[in-house]
Amino acid sequence: MNNTQSIELLFELSRPGRRTHRLPVCDVPVKPVSSLLPAGAVAEAPPPLPEVGEIDLIRHYNNLSTRNFSIDTNFYPLGSCTMKYNPKRHERFAANPAFAGVHPLQDEETTQGMLEMLWDMQNFLTEISGLPAISLQPAAGAHGELTALYVAAAYFRDKGMTSRRKVLVPDSAHGTNPASAVLAGFQTITVKSNAKGLVDLDDLKSKLDDSTAVFMITNPNTLGLFEGQIRQITDLVHQAGGLVYLDGANMNAILGITRPGDFGADMQHYNVHKTFTGPHGGGGPGSGPITVRDFLAPYLPTPLVKKVGDKFELDYNLPKSIGRVRSFFGNVGILFRGWAYIRTLGPDGLKKVSEHAVLNANYLLSRLKGNFDVPHGDRCMHEFVASAKGLRREKRISAMDIGKRLLDYGYHAPTVYFPLVVPEALMMEPTETESKQTLDAFADALIAIINEEPTFLHQAPHTMPISRPDEVKAAKEPILRWTA
Amino acid sequence: MPYILNTPDDEQTMLKAIGAESIDELFSTIPAEARLPRALNIPAAMEEIELTQHVGALGRKNQAAGDHVCFLGGGAYDHFIPTVVDAVSSRSEFYTAYTPYQAEASQGSLQAFYEYQTLICQITGMDVANASLYEGGSAVAEAVLMAINVTDRKGNVVVPESLHPEYRQVLATYLANLGVQLVTIPTPGGYLDPAELKKAVGPETAAVVVQHPNFFGHLEEVEELVRITRAAGALYVASFDPISAGVIKRPGQYDADIAVAEGQCLGTPLGYGGPYLGIMACRNEYVRKIPGRLVGQTTDRNGKRCWTLTLQTREQHIRRDKATSNICTNQGLFALRAAVYLTALGPQGLKETAELCLQKAHYLADQLATIPGVSLKFNRPFFKEFAVKLPGDVPVMLKQLQTKGYFAGLHAGRWYPGLADTLTVAVTEKRTKAEMDGLVKAIKELVGK
Ligand SMILES: Cc1ncc(COP(=O)(O)O)c(C=O)c1O
Repeated sequence: MNNTQSIELLFELSRPGRRTHRLPVCDVPVKPVSSLLPAGAVAEAPPPLPEVGEIDLIRHYNNLSTRNFSIDTNFYPLGSCTMKYNPKRHERFAANPAFAGVHPLQDEETTQGMLEMLWDMQNFLTEISGLPAISLQPAAGAHGELTALYVAAAYFRDKGMTSRRKVLVPDSAHGTNPASAVLAGFQTITVKSNAKGLVDLDDLKSKLDDSTAVFMITNPNTLGLFEGQIRQITDLVHQAGGLVYLDGANMNAILGITRPGDFGADMQHYNVHKTFTGPHGGGGPGSGPITVRDFLAPYLPTPLVKKVGDKFELDYNLPKSIGRVRSFFGNVGILFRGWAYIRTLGPDGLKKVSEHAVLNANYLLSRLKGNFDVPHGDRCMHEFVASAKGLRREKRISAMDIGKRLLDYGYHAPTVYFPLVVPEALMMEPTETESKQTLDAFADALIAIINEEPTFLHQAPHTMPISRPDEVKAAKEPILRWTA
Repeated sequence: MPYILNTPDDEQTMLKAIGAESIDELFSTIPAEARLPRALNIPAAMEEIELTQHVGALGRKNQAAGDHVCFLGGGAYDHFIPTVVDAVSSRSEFYTAYTPYQAEASQGSLQAFYEYQTLICQITGMDVANASLYEGGSAVAEAVLMAINVTDRKGNVVVPESLHPEYRQVLATYLANLGVQLVTIPTPGGYLDPAELKKAVGPETAAVVVQHPNFFGHLEEVEELVRITRAAGALYVASFDPISAGVIKRPGQYDADIAVAEGQCLGTPLGYGGPYLGIMACRNEYVRKIPGRLVGQTTDRNGKRCWTLTLQTREQHIRRDKATSNICTNQGLFALRAAVYLTALGPQGLKETAELCLQKAHYLADQLATIPGVSLKFNRPFFKEFAVKLPGDVPVMLKQLQTKGYFAGLHAGRWYPGLADTLTVAVTEKRTKAEMDGLVKAIKELVGK
């Protein structure tokens, strides 16, 4: 849809005197505001918010919504993001006032159902990762990374090993890894990938020493490859006295198949909004619980859910805890959806998720490998990274051109230009919830696109409401708000 | 198996195309000794009917705010959520989209976040707002990190005890590894005494964080506090209640440098504490240091006005270890809800909501003070929350009131050992005179015993 109503800003729709929500008259005796608050504290007028009637508000947003691609409308193979179907039943569960209407500081007697659900979730996630202790508090994956690194820092401080100040991060890692390490007060060191796209063991060895605190690894990694030498890697880190952190963004590949705790990780985060279908909300919310080994449990944030007899309690009694990383319990609404998903699938269903995520990715890879460079082999886990490097050289077609043109075909673009170790990267993660028919149609579209006229692709998309925003201008003269 | 579409036939065709014998073969890069040799020990699958019944049963073990008359606050409030908020946020084109990386396929989200940023500027009186942070506590911590970055001071950060105790705990966690000291000023009078702030700040102070209205609901002497902070060369971080912006001065109007808030009050259900909404806005001069996503206006190749993520060189995916923050996933859907909420209210609706909170809170405070032995704990101006002193064991009284149908407030002694006799009571526009009179009567009966 491309009508003009949908591109007018709320502020342009505004007409003095219109409004949507109306308040009842005050049912207690009204006193002059000046008798209740000091004059200097009171605003002369309320904020200059837009004034819009209900039908205009609804049309505005409904029209805006049609200018989005979403899982519910389009195949969305955005690599590393696990854009799987978000079951509708979860939305109904989460909207149930018996959950949505619970205040975070209520007495535990009144929240037993909530705590039972969260207790279950603690158990599910520790079992799936093979790491026995958990905090559900972090609000997203990056927040989980940060929390786990705080835990690591507290552990080393407690053990008197304060010279362990370095966090090693592979060059293929997500940007949040080094950013979280610095935020947690560590210094970051980059570890190279080898030609196969895996951690270069020699480079890792040369960078491990008694200043190493943590090695952060993503496994399967961001190239969609399982680090087959994971045991050697974790042994090396442990021998150097460091801890292994697993970035769990790619858990969708290994549910019930292998567990980070079993392959040597000491801590990991989950992205419940990826693996366990929390809808991504156009940017969030997420939920990023962390699971850790026993010896790190004393440092977790509080509170944790504890079961005493047949009652559930919040446990604040962790004297060595790092403290809180956010207010209240966590992004409970997303945890609840993840819980419902795990309850729906059970152990066999979860394993099937990973099997079909991997099957779908490999099938898509098999359909594309004759037409695209796939620098890291013709097998993958739940995602793979193709490269438009050759196309760029021979036809001047970039990963960006391909991504933009896909939109015309009704497909969201893959993740482009990440991971950084692959030039002209096109990172594709189909997920298990797509059918062979969808994957075939998508592959056909990609193959058709690279045979289109390059100059036509340079101007793509051609059918979307807009095409190629001027990003340089946006950053040079930032306009970050509407002004009258 | 729900949600997976491949049939056995599909599976065979696909394996053949891949050149694999079995699905298991696709996992051959995982070393055998790392494979889980058993099924996961989690409960068996449930169909939708069974799970719906199970969720119903769990729900019956909860008592929601709506089952009682709710006077709980402390950063999460029982404000009314207009139906239009749910109507918009349940459009799955919004809630099942990812972060708007592909501008052409995300103009809906991008424009909505641009409008959100503008609305946040309007309620804060600040120049720029980001597209959201996680929630109110980590927003305080992010603001402080930003202030450290802007001022290049790593000595200390000063906060009063009247700042939300959980926000202070979060801040302490964030600062613990950075060698920056957290200085906490006691607030025995229920507010930050400017003279105390003056003694605490110095040339090493990066930021002062003040919540206004504060944790007890009281107004702080913000103009004086800003002056003292500025004189010390530190940044002033204002943690505010967005609803209060309908009646009291906004952070930009009293010259704050960074404004942060818990945005739950703007159309987000209580939901046991999350997902909520971290609001952040700042002065223009600090825009390149702000954490999180920013949406900017630009034009496309045909000259059409449009929106895109911008100033991304601040962010982790470009700048990695030099980023202003590690945040990636934010709280987009709750920013959308806040935008719809603020638009549904408009200036008049926000003002009336704030005034209803103000009037009703004062009515209840006055009525409670008529009960023998009950009094206002502090004699300070307040907005929608206040502290009362009760004659008796507060946790026990709270339990008794609960059985009578009231979530009467929060026991301040939980966070402040010196306030064992104190209850904080929050009153939103939803509370009626009858409900408040009922609470007063119930407390009277308890006290009279
Ligand atoms: C590999 C990887 N690590 C970490 C993250 C960060 O997670 P979040 O966006 O939930 O903060 C992401 C998500 O974008 C990711 O793909």
